[in-house]
Amino acid sequence: MSRIFETPLYPYARSSDQDAETPVRHPVIVVGAGPVGLAAAIDLAQHNVPVVIIDDNDKVSFGSRAICFAKRPLEILDRLGCGEPMVEKGVTWNTGKVFFDERQVYAFDLLPEQGHKRPAFINLQQYHFEKYMVDRVLELQAAGKQIEIRGGSRVTSIKPRPDHVRLTVETPDGPYELEADWLIACDGAASPIRAMMGLDFVGRVFEDNFLIADVIMDADFPTERWFWFDPPFNRGQSALLHKQPDGVWRIDFQIGWDIDRAEELKPENIDRRLRAMLGEDIKYELEWSSIYTFQCRRMEKFHEGRVIFAGDAAHQVSPFGARGANSGLQDTDNLIWKLKLILDGKAPESLLETYDAERIHGADENIMNSSRSTDFITPKSEISRVFRDAVLDLSERYEFARPLVNSGRLSVPCTYDGSPLNGPDCQTMPRRTRPGSPAVDAPLDQGAWLLYRLDGQFHILAIDAEVPDSLCEHGICATSICLSAAGNDALRERYLGDASSAVYLIRPDQHVAARWETFDEPAMREAIDRASGRI
Amino acid sequence: MNNQAELVLTPNIARADDFYANLIAAHEGLTKAESDALNARLVLILANHVGNETVLAQALSAARLAKGE
Repeated sequence: MSRIFETPLYPYARSSDQDAETPVRHPVIVVGAGPVGLAAAIDLAQHNVPVVIIDDNDKVSFGSRAICFAKRPLEILDRLGCGEPMVEKGVTWNTGKVFFDERQVYAFDLLPEQGHKRPAFINLQQYHFEKYMVDRVLELQAAGKQIEIRGGSRVTSIKPRPDHVRLTVETPDGPYELEADWLIACDGAASPIRAMMGLDFVGRVFEDNFLIADVIMDADFPTERWFWFDPPFNRGQSALLHKQPDGVWRIDFQIGWDIDRAEELKPENIDRRLRAMLGEDIKYELEWSSIYTFQCRRMEKFHEGRVIFAGDAAHQVSPFGARGANSGLQDTDNLIWKLKLILDGKAPESLLETYDAERIHGADENIMNSSRSTDFITPKSEISRVFRDAVLDLSERYEFARPLVNSGRLSVPCTYDGSPLNGPDCQTMPRRTRPGSPAVDAPLDQGAWLLYRLDGQFHILAIDAEVPDSLCEHGICATSICLSAAGNDALRERYLGDASSAVYLIRPDQHVAARWETFDEPAMREAIDRASGRI
Repeated sequence: MNNQAELVLTPNIARADDFYANLIAAHEGLTKAESDALNARLVLILANHVGNETVLAQALSAARLAKGE
């Protein structure tokens, strides 16, 4: 076997830090080389911040795990320089079918809006996803950036200090000590860092188990998402079929709470379920199987002094709606530019409070949506099941009931309404690009895309408006991007609305900070100060 | 959305006895489970017809027979 997830990618290698007389201090250490930790490190390296990633493993994700990546995270990955191979490899789908009992109740087409570089989402195994990110790390290293993955290294103790963190790292050569100005814990739902610091992680446990079977088969199913409520092959439960690249199909069986895990995972029992679902004479190879249960919960605060939590370490959701890895990538997108400004002395440390405010808002939104999906898929009372089944029965016949069917609300980007970083809004402009929203993509001349111009720095986006080439405020320079809406309906609809011109201040994470109809220098300076936490 | 909308809690069905008889007739011969399912479908159909969030919230509250309402 030489599957990608069984091959060491970053095996343990001795670091010179292990021979140092006193612990070596790094500006930032990231714990965990999953999608979120890698995204944090790549972002830092692109900002010329030296970074060390510590991971107790030396391979990509074992098994497919996260498989659905939404548009906003793909846009973030474009900024991180690894979106293209992911989208090329990934499976793009738009059609979903919902089955209830023995029949199809309806099919939907997501009809994605035109004029965006990236699709609504792709299916891609987490192991491929992580591999492309590790490739990007190597590319950055080759370009001279200080980014390093230390595999086979496990953090065993952590001592938070007022202005740094001391940690002990266990390796095959024995332990050594390290120091970091800042530590970002991306070490997953069971976060050992969180446990070592004794921080709480409370929320709701869902009493259910799901069996995942990834099977390789030449099947003539179309590239669609199929979801079953109460099917004959899994009575009283649900099931999901999704296509991944390389002829791999993800099948999820809901199997209830009181189960014998070891028994359920026996190949003959998985085989029995698969044949009941796909037919007796199906030919397949089982690539990976697993049983999972889940909780919806989050930490009370996402940072504690110099230790910052991101991804599943900070918040956990049910898998329905693909909000785990997708929200983790939005965490680091939000965090890294703030940390960069703080490290450069261009913003006060209190800017980090807005990472908590904005991403807790995101986490709560995700927890709410994924809890609602779970309650629909697994009704918690008799009457809840009666209404669920009524919705499904009605959906077969009447269109009105279809929006009520909830087999997972796919992750859409979070808008930071009410954020302390938001400046003035302009009411004549479209709601979707109000302050706090992620900038919406739009096609530009010669096959270019708007989001590619928003490259991780502050920018002034001017549409049919006069602005200076750039404006610097307290060391933060926002360079201008000047466009015209003439002949560009997407740009007009998304950024102008009823206004005849527009000036936007866009943050490094591509979120809108403020907007006006015309350029007003004092107002722009104040908005930059506000967006960087100075006022 | 019409913010002036108000839940109607005064008589609004012209032939009340006919409607009531039809409602009971719709359940005739059904098991308890089938009746519960029919009621649930009916609630969903009527709720969609109303549509207005304020009126739906008022209806939920009125149906709870909360004190002081």
